[in-house]
Amino acid sequence: MIATESLSKRFPRVTALDRLSVDIAPGVTGLVGANGAGKSTLIKILLGLSPATEGRAEVLGLDVAAEGAAIRERVGYMPEHDCLPPDVSATEFVVHMARMSGLPLTAARERTADTLRHVGLYEERYRPMGGYSTGMKQRVKLAQALVHDPRLVLLDEPTNGLDPVGRDEMLALIRRVHTDFGISVLVTSHLLGELERTCDHVVVIDGGKLLRSSATSDFTRATGSLAVEVTDTDAHPDGTAALRAALSSAGLTVQPASGDGRFAPGGAGPVLLVDVAGDGTYDVVRDAVAGLGLGLVRMEPRRHRIAEVFRAPGTPEHNSAQKWGSSDAD
Amino acid sequence: MPTETTAAPAQGVIHNIGYRDYAGPRLGRGYARRALYSQSLRGAYGLGRSARSKVLPMTLFAVMCVPAAIVVAVAVTTKMDRLPLEYTRYAILLQAVIGLFLAAQAPQSVSRDLRFRTVPLYFSRPIERVDYVVAKFAALASALFVLTAAPLLILYAGALLAKMGFAAQTKAFAQGLISVALLSLFFAGIGLVVAALTPRRGFGVAAVIAVLTISYGAVSTVQGIALARDNTDVIAWLGLFSPITLIDGVQTAFLSATSAFPGGHGPGTGAGAVYLLVVLGAVAASYGLLMARYRKAGL
Repeated sequence: MIATESLSKRFPRVTALDRLSVDIAPGVTGLVGANGAGKSTLIKILLGLSPATEGRAEVLGLDVAAEGAAIRERVGYMPEHDCLPPDVSATEFVVHMARMSGLPLTAARERTADTLRHVGLYEERYRPMGGYSTGMKQRVKLAQALVHDPRLVLLDEPTNGLDPVGRDEMLALIRRVHTDFGISVLVTSHLLGELERTCDHVVVIDGGKLLRSSATSDFTRATGSLAVEVTDTDAHPDGTAALRAALSSAGLTVQPASGDGRFAPGGAGPVLLVDVAGDGTYDVVRDAVAGLGLGLVRMEPRRHRIAEVFRAPGTPEHNSAQKWGSSDAD
Repeated sequence: MPTETTAAPAQGVIHNIGYRDYAGPRLGRGYARRALYSQSLRGAYGLGRSARSKVLPMTLFAVMCVPAAIVVAVAVTTKMDRLPLEYTRYAILLQAVIGLFLAAQAPQSVSRDLRFRTVPLYFSRPIERVDYVVAKFAALASALFVLTAAPLLILYAGALLAKMGFAAQTKAFAQGLISVALLSLFFAGIGLVVAALTPRRGFGVAAVIAVLTISYGAVSTVQGIALARDNTDVIAWLGLFSPITLIDGVQTAFLSATSAFPGGHGPGTGAGAVYLLVVLGAVAASYGLLMARYRKAGL
């Protein structure tokens, strides 16, 4: 679908892309990086709108420098920012955008009705978009990228500004764009957790350089671990420490995960991460907790997050989590 | 509708209704440019938009045509042998209406796309910067031409109805059309450049009105002073500094119009050539400025 070969983009002061070589196969691919990592620059180059300083790139087998127009006819693009005029309805807007992609008027109308239904917009599609919720706006933005039945869509931060439910719906929709519509997807995000649920393949870039490119299963397969949180009792004033000692002596690898916002929300007690060695691990943990007479607050499976590819050895995880997770609003 | 594939409605909100591929024609750049042109032209008169946005342009169109209808009515009933008004003078007399139309519709045409950041959606499609600028420019110029040529058509029809000299009327009508065509291109360029500078529609409206009225006010004031001092040569050159007097100068020099300058001291052929160059240069400059403006606005 997409292939770049030592692609570089230098601006007078910054190097946005630095000899980036990736090969992206059909399917859903996540492009991960912080703001400023070069994601938007890469999308611009892939759409043939911005010449690369050096190197080359191909989209759908077409060279971005020479065949930009042909690429843009077969590719859909959903920008990160708002792009919807508030005084027209979703139907009018998407019909217009379909015509801008070269669809004749009747085809544009049919495709618009279909596409808006597919993204989950019904009667409200006749109302001016100014009154839409963020979730509905994101759906219209996705619809205008899909309306001309592209072979590939580039989605820039499609879950931005959505609440958790909206996020899940959008991610499910993105998954369907590939599985049901047969359209390949390149989706960018700086929130790593959501990509491992949606993507077949993840490309991580940082500072314009390729950090890692591999199947999502490779990222998350490494090890499973178990998050365990327990209460303190009179007999064990520090229940977590007691459990940690007990589990260690039982031969399990245990490490504290305190400070990781994901696992200790709202000032809850420290959480232990127990590496799962096998099915027996669950029983060992259960028995250890019961043996100590502690209250078990939670015990949940935890996969290694993509976030960990960013974690330099020796850096506490919560630092990187903050660095990469707090860039929601830009 | 193809058969439903295995329905797995995610989250209960999204229903699987079977995706259909599009195998029909993709008409490409030229088609998209024409579609954008017609959408923008219709939009300038509020067609295809809400009823509210039709009110102003349609009212101005009516206001533009009514005086022509009255002139025709008077000319026909009193059996005049020539129209009491030159074709070329009409747009000059009703310049305020043209100015209002431009001020309202130029920002409507370009500021919205900038303000709501729709521009990147265009440029991520086969359509390119030059297509966008040309389509928008041509659409607004056409809208202005419709506004300014319609009353001339009424005058011409009335003149023929009153059995005035066919050859003379046709020639004068054609000169009038050339004049308003030039005016439409020139004004469209000014309006779009000013409107494209600001994403805020209100600023755009105010700025267009300001450019047209302040320059005209200043020029005609100074021309008045020059006339009072019998400095008639200066009058002809001062007209270079406001859009409507530029058009007046060009048509005085080349389209046998009577100048509306104070004392009728319009430019001669030599000065007229300068006027024409300035007008054409301004049209080219506005095109260049718009292209530069959208280089930054794209994506």
